Amino acid sequence: MIALFLRDLKLSVRSGGGALIGVLFFMTVVAVVPFAVGPDLNLLSRIGPAILWIGALLASLLGLDRLFQAEREDGSLDLMLMQETPLVLTVLVKCLAHWTATGLPLVIAAPLLGLFMNMSEVAIGATMLTLLVGTPAITFIGATGAAVAVTLPRGGLLVSILVLPLAIPVLIFGVSAAYAAVQDPAPFLPPLLILIAITLFFAVIGPLAAALALRSASD
Amino acid sequence: MPIRLRVEGLCAKRGEDLIFHDISFVLAAGEALIVTGPNGSGKSTLLRVLAGLLTPESGSVRLDDTSADIGHPRELCHYLGHRNAMKHELTVEENLSFWKSFMGDSPGGSGIGIEEATEALGLAGISHLPFGYLSAGQQRRMAMAKLLVAYRPVWILDEPTAALDAAADRMFAGLVERHLSAGGIVVAATHQPLGVTARELRMVGFAGVGELV
Repeated sequence: MIALFLRDLKLSVRSGGGALIGVLFFMTVVAVVPFAVGPDLNLLSRIGPAILWIGALLASLLGLDRLFQAEREDGSLDLMLMQETPLVLTVLVKCLAHWTATGLPLVIAAPLLGLFMNMSEVAIGATMLTLLVGTPAITFIGATGAAVAVTLPRGGLLVSILVLPLAIPVLIFGVSAAYAAVQDPAPFLPPLLILIAITLFFAVIGPLAAALALRSASD
Repeated sequence: MPIRLRVEGLCAKRGEDLIFHDISFVLAAGEALIVTGPNGSGKSTLLRVLAGLLTPESGSVRLDDTSADIGHPRELCHYLGHRNAMKHELTVEENLSFWKSFMGDSPGGSGIGIEEATEALGLAGISHLPFGYLSAGQQRRMAMAKLLVAYRPVWILDEPTAALDAAADRMFAGLVERHLSAGGIVVAATHQPLGVTARELRMVGFAGVGELV
């Protein structure tokens, strides 16, 4: 399993891998917002957490469709389906590797982009923390979408459409926890705990559903 | 542990079309079966059913040894399909060491080292190159090295020698021979003679019954 994790990490940083594309997209989205909204610093710092979350959500959808499609195209998926290792575990490890390669850089880039948005240190810290615990959920949900669309040659858009509605709760609780850290009356912990619960829930359901979809898609 | 591959009344569909029906055979340890037939006669479908990648419409594929029924043999099979299942961006060695540790060995044998495997396929010394740099024939031979680095008693090979030259053909026949003499089972779909003594299953297509020669 460690071998699979390392292989997927290596693939994502070699040529054709998507590790940096997500971060670049994230930076592009967040960097253009001040130009569109104007130089009102108070407004920017108020919408900052939401913009960071929207950017991270869209960026983490980018490479998802290749998660299983690349394996299917070169025949590796066939061999993965045949092994004694439960397919659920294989999918889980692939998700973790995908998140480490594409989700973690988003979390690390978030403070820099927070400065663009004139966010306070507390708001930046809270947004980073919510991204850290929230973005894995998007990967797990996305794995299901990627598995359903694995046989479609242009499944990228379909994956995004399948995944977005399910990712809305992640967005809601992520952003509300980040706001709660800076706006006084609102409590910070409950939305954060719900966000963690959502991530754990999808860590179980996502790989299970993806494994089922991959089994029935084999042809 | 001598094993047997028992196939009974196998019947498979692709979409709505019946591809073949009532295919039955038994292969004992050390026996090979060559599946022949024109394009589209269902050779690949049969192999994918044997490898557990397609669900048969009816019939069963079982692997048993003298004492017990092992059940579905999916985990005990190597499947070498049309595609090589190797990543172009990784070096040959990274590819092979991944598959070696991911697949592990089936009970009853152990895979050989990566260096030895590339040597056995006559490609020693180029395992540090990215897989994508190799020629089609070299890629195919490196994909065959997977068969050696992880032990599986049953080899299911779909057109194994398609891109190979005559020398590599003979070398591969040697590998198959050695696997058979160690008590393995080989099922291969091919147009060229594989160079080993084997029974032949002639697929006729159009929902026909395969003819065991």
